[in-house]
Amino acid sequence: MLETTRFLLRKLASDRTAALGALIITLLVVVAIAAPVLSTHPGDVTEFHPPERLLPPSGDHFFGTDRMGADVYSRLLFGARITIAIAVIAIGASVLVGIPVGLVAGYYRNWVSDALMRISDIFLAVPQIVLAIAIAQTLGPSIENVILALSATYWPFWARLVYAETRSALNDTYVEASIALGASPWRVMILHVLPNISSSVIVRTTIGMGGTILTAAVLGFLGLGPPAPSPEWGRTIAESREFLPEAWWYATAPGLAIFLVVMGFNLLGDGLRDILDPRTRRSGDG
Amino acid sequence: MTADALLSLENLSKHFPVLNVWKRRSGWLKALDEVSLSVHKGEILGIVGESGCGKSTLGKTVMGIHRPTSGRIIFEGNDITHLKPHQSRGMRRDLQYTYQDPGASLDPRWKIGRSLDEPLVIHTRLNRGARRERVREILDAVGLPDGHLDLYPHEISGGQQRRVGLARILTLHPTMVVLDEPTSGLDVSVQATILNLFLDLQKRFDLTYVFISHDLGVVRMVCDRVAVMYLGKVVELGSSDEIFDRPRHPYTQSLLAAVPQIGKGRVTETFWLEGEPPDPGNLPSGCRFRTRCTQARDDCALAVPPLVEHSPGHADACLYSPARRGYSPA
Repeated sequence: MLETTRFLLRKLASDRTAALGALIITLLVVVAIAAPVLSTHPGDVTEFHPPERLLPPSGDHFFGTDRMGADVYSRLLFGARITIAIAVIAIGASVLVGIPVGLVAGYYRNWVSDALMRISDIFLAVPQIVLAIAIAQTLGPSIENVILALSATYWPFWARLVYAETRSALNDTYVEASIALGASPWRVMILHVLPNISSSVIVRTTIGMGGTILTAAVLGFLGLGPPAPSPEWGRTIAESREFLPEAWWYATAPGLAIFLVVMGFNLLGDGLRDILDPRTRRSGDG
Repeated sequence: MTADALLSLENLSKHFPVLNVWKRRSGWLKALDEVSLSVHKGEILGIVGESGCGKSTLGKTVMGIHRPTSGRIIFEGNDITHLKPHQSRGMRRDLQYTYQDPGASLDPRWKIGRSLDEPLVIHTRLNRGARRERVREILDAVGLPDGHLDLYPHEISGGQQRRVGLARILTLHPTMVVLDEPTSGLDVSVQATILNLFLDLQKRFDLTYVFISHDLGVVRMVCDRVAVMYLGKVVELGSSDEIFDRPRHPYTQSLLAAVPQIGKGRVTETFWLEGEPPDPGNLPSGCRFRTRCTQARDDCALAVPPLVEHSPGHADACLYSPARRGYSPA
């Protein structure tokens, strides 16, 4: 495991775009964890100073102040926490549901497998964003409901992916060999199929993080995310609209943050796709 | 069936559906058609034939990888026909299969040591130490150093992969092993070493082999009895000497003629087996071989000739078998 990790890190360092992606995401995580330390006005998530509203960027307010006179930079840092929480929990839930569904549906060839795939087809038939809006709208605006809406709409992607990969892995001789050896279906799925399809799942998950963050921001923008005064990025952009173009910093800061983070995940995902390809694995690693 | 038959196949068939563009079944591919065979304890039974004649399907159906369409498989007195491998675990321990491509049969993400350990984890209740002991013992028997346990399958050579494939099933001390094309893809010197290894292991562990191969030279060297298959049917069955010295079925004769030999005429002068075998999804009526047989007559198309034992221990499925006409060519 340690050996694999070290190998991954070395490969990552040699791939420039993937390294950039990894850097951006590391930065995001550091910023989210150290938000109270890094922010210049940590209290501004909940406190407002109306006399200082809509001040342009300065040494005191790096990205200016918003309509309530709060520091945009500080709120941005705390917003990163919300973004990470939403993305990690929603993707985690999607993966936890999608992988078992895909494995079981892919391994067995019976009505259960058909039923599982038809259910995921139904979810995939509706545009993700529309379904997420509908669910979030029905349940009411809150972080929990955004996570729920995203998980409910994203799990079929993993189910589909794992299903297809499992079907193709079952044609591989080593899987057939362990079945012939007497390995139970459970053993074959967890110990043989899953590790061998893990790289495409990891790649899909990384890229999926970007998509989820984007969708979460859209929900926030539409007012379906966490309610005010949450520093959620999508909500901040929505609030800033009426002050454009004069208070350009107000919308630019969270917009740029969303752009960078989504790009970071996409770059890392693309890089991982190359790195985790089993054919190039271990090359030059003796 | 003889009393000492370890494995008997009774009218075993495996038909694969042939699907048209709308995924509807448009016919059946008879990969295995009413095959009856028995394998005796301690012998090496060779199964020979061209590519696509059902040799591997036979092996995989016996192993439960394919579900038979009809017929019965009896191993050590138990009917294992409709059991999936993990359901008949106790019985399957004694019946094992080695793959044509042992490199591909090992999980690419597992080290050799873990792959060798897996059969013991599945079939035994041995603890970690006892399993490691058993793995080392077998690794030594197949002639591989301990250091290989920590390598990945793609880091060892083809011959070594073959040894690992064999070691993997021998850890269970099976009584019978189906060897699917065990020498294909190996160069001649490695082939000889591997064949000797098979024979050594057979004595040492008291094994019975089903030896599936298209390499007639190798089959003659190691097998006690040989079954010749053509398009899913056994067309001739007998002792190795009988088959190679007194072949009766025209197909066997042409197969043997196709083997190049030093000192004999060029292959093309004696070889009259022409063209590809017919599409197994659309078989000729009667004798399957008649479309390529030089001795075919009109009544060959009427009925499928049965496999008849004309002399003890030598059966063939030709209407015009030399044995049937009452003489045996010298």
